[in-house]
Amino acid sequence: MTLLLNGASRDVAARTLAEALDELGYAGKIVATAVNGAFVPARRRAECNLSDGDRIEVVAPMQGG
Amino acid sequence: MASFYGFEPQNPLFLGTAQYPSPAILGEAVKRSGAEVVTVSLRREAAAGGAGQAFWSLIRELGVRVLPNTAGCHTVKEAVTTAQMAREVFGTDWVKLEVIGEDDTLQPDVVALIEAARLLCDDGFKVFPYTTEDIVVGGRLLDAGCEVLMPWGAPIGSGRGLNNPYGLRTMRQHFPDIPLVVDAGIGLPSHAAQAMELGYDGILLNTAVAKAGDPAAMAEAFALAIRAGRIAFEAQPIEARDMAAPSTPVMGKAFLA
Repeated sequence: MTLLLNGASRDVAARTLAEALDELGYAGKIVATAVNGAFVPARRRAECNLSDGDRIEVVAPMQGG
Repeated sequence: MASFYGFEPQNPLFLGTAQYPSPAILGEAVKRSGAEVVTVSLRREAAAGGAGQAFWSLIRELGVRVLPNTAGCHTVKEAVTTAQMAREVFGTDWVKLEVIGEDDTLQPDVVALIEAARLLCDDGFKVFPYTTEDIVVGGRLLDAGCEVLMPWGAPIGSGRGLNNPYGLRTMRQHFPDIPLVVDAGIGLPSHAAQAMELGYDGILLNTAVAKAGDPAAMAEAFALAIRAGRIAFEAQPIEARDMAAPSTPVMGKAFLA
């Protein structure tokens, strides 16, 4: 299916958010996730089934004021 | 010193971590200022990049508390989701809540701010709301569950100092027991000292240090000014008056006319 990862289209074989993060290269990284604008906690990623066209946001610590 | 959700810093400087010339200079500025809390943010992370991972390592090495912000959020939903993501990534329930209402001044949308604050407080967050000096809004934020208020001094990054000292003084008098932090618009250590002399409990700033020619030296200057302002407040400043009042005793002066 095709996901919108941080605003860019990506084709993945994954069916869940956890699988998608592994497939897209985020394994082991400190990130937080949202699907279609809603926060998905790390402990729920394995049970978070994805659908074609879902918007995935993957964010990490950054400088801020 | 004031207590921010149970945390009582010796040094009430909340220092931003953005815009420094290098990570090393950011680290120097934090150390030299003695800041015990730094603000941080969340941004999209590329799988290949890993910039966020390196930044987080640097912050953890500094051994300071982090106050994640919701900078750039314009709606309640964006701000709440960002706060939830920040809580998981940074492992803290503190959040500097920003809901921006207008892009020229980055003025808070106080209506959305109050709503987001209520949702987050109900969800167990310890909310530090970036607000204006409006005391009615301040009261609503306290009703929502906030235990700290952070009025702006001037628009973010403007360096203009305290645009409305009267309003900030009024806010201090209206909320004598609430920890108050001036957040945003500070340009010079004297601005920070002025806010502390008004009885404010802390200063949150970023650009004035990060964009200075020597950020680490400026960070120290701010720390000294904040300390001076706090001591001055505790020492009970005199009231200003319109006419002169001689400080040297008039009695006993030689008659030489």
